[in-house]
Amino acid sequence: MNDKGKIVTGLVIFIALVTFPFWYNLGKAAPVPEAKLTDKAKAAKVCVRPTAYMKAEHMQLLDVWRDTVVRDGRSVYVNENGQSFKMSLSNTCLDCHSNKKEFCDACHNYASARPYCWDCHIENPKEN
Amino acid sequence: MMENSRRNFLKVAGAAALAVGAKPVVDAVAASAGTGHAAPEPVAIKDKEALTAKNWGMVINVGKLDHKTVEAVVAACHVTYNVPDIAFKRHEIKWIWETEFKHAFPSNPNKYLSEKLEHAPILVLCNHCENPPCVRACPTKATFKRETDGVVMMDYHRCIGCRFCMAACPFGARSFNFVDPRPHIKTLNKQYPTRMKGVVEKCTFCVERLAEGKLPACVEASEGAIAFGDLDDPESNVRKLLKEHFTIRRKEALGTEPSVYYIV
Repeated sequence: MNDKGKIVTGLVIFIALVTFPFWYNLGKAAPVPEAKLTDKAKAAKVCVRPTAYMKAEHMQLLDVWRDTVVRDGRSVYVNENGQSFKMSLSNTCLDCHSNKKEFCDACHNYASARPYCWDCHIENPKEN
Repeated sequence: MMENSRRNFLKVAGAAALAVGAKPVVDAVAASAGTGHAAPEPVAIKDKEALTAKNWGMVINVGKLDHKTVEAVVAACHVTYNVPDIAFKRHEIKWIWETEFKHAFPSNPNKYLSEKLEHAPILVLCNHCENPPCVRACPTKATFKRETDGVVMMDYHRCIGCRFCMAACPFGARSFNFVDPRPHIKTLNKQYPTRMKGVVEKCTFCVERLAEGKLPACVEASEGAIAFGDLDDPESNVRKLLKEHFTIRRKEALGTEPSVYYIV
């Protein structure tokens, strides 16, 4: 163990370098974005399903919607409360959530999710 | 002692594995027992207003169509569905368009044609064949024949842009988006999506309009020259027209059984 000093010094430098990104970015994490609701969405209070479900499962819901509408031709969604909605991303979802930048993009950017819905579906039926 | 402890170990391990494995089952049973009175599951249904048929078909009365009406019909369709207007011929997108008799019906090669018919504008579109070759060619089932109403549909979400369907279609009814179509759309209909670069598109027999109880856009714009109805219903408007008039279909000999008939 003649090189004890060198080894320990090397280890300290190695650990410092490896953990550099962690302590350098400490406390600088981007804040979790809050999805902003439009006045219309606030007034409606509930989405087609409960808010918790929509937050976690909206992508599955939209996936099922697109298959049901395109493939089965069933275009009306009746939720557990008996309310009916036209199954349409642009015409139903974005009718209330007409602030795509603050509502959709804020979270998608934070989560680094890049859905390609908007390659075809019109982003903002009302304001564009 | 050695044997005894191994036996005990296996017993305990077995019991523990059983307990862990059974937990989800027990949970599921408990959950289903607990939600006996919960709200019903959401369902997807058809619109009450929706027009339905077993086999949608179209009868085009060629004699009633002049160039002006044809242009109005094409414009009505292309505006409704955000069909781009691309000047470069090889990138052109069309859902419904005008052509000449000799191009629409190349297998009816009469040497001398009536002058009226020779120059008449013939409206051509996807024939929504009963036996669609495009559907057989599609490797992803992005294009499919809807069993419920006989419409040959496109699911752009699934289309991988291989263009096998375009090679298979004997009517040239399909167009490929070689470029991003958005910049070429003159008036954007915000109620309907556009397409993206790399997918094939075509006429949909206006299934979205039928689902809302409206007739196809071309039928509405045609001033009575195009009839639309159920080919499987002997009492329907289209079947009545087919009984009364002599009609032809495009490239009938190929056996695709087009659903678009022409009164000539």
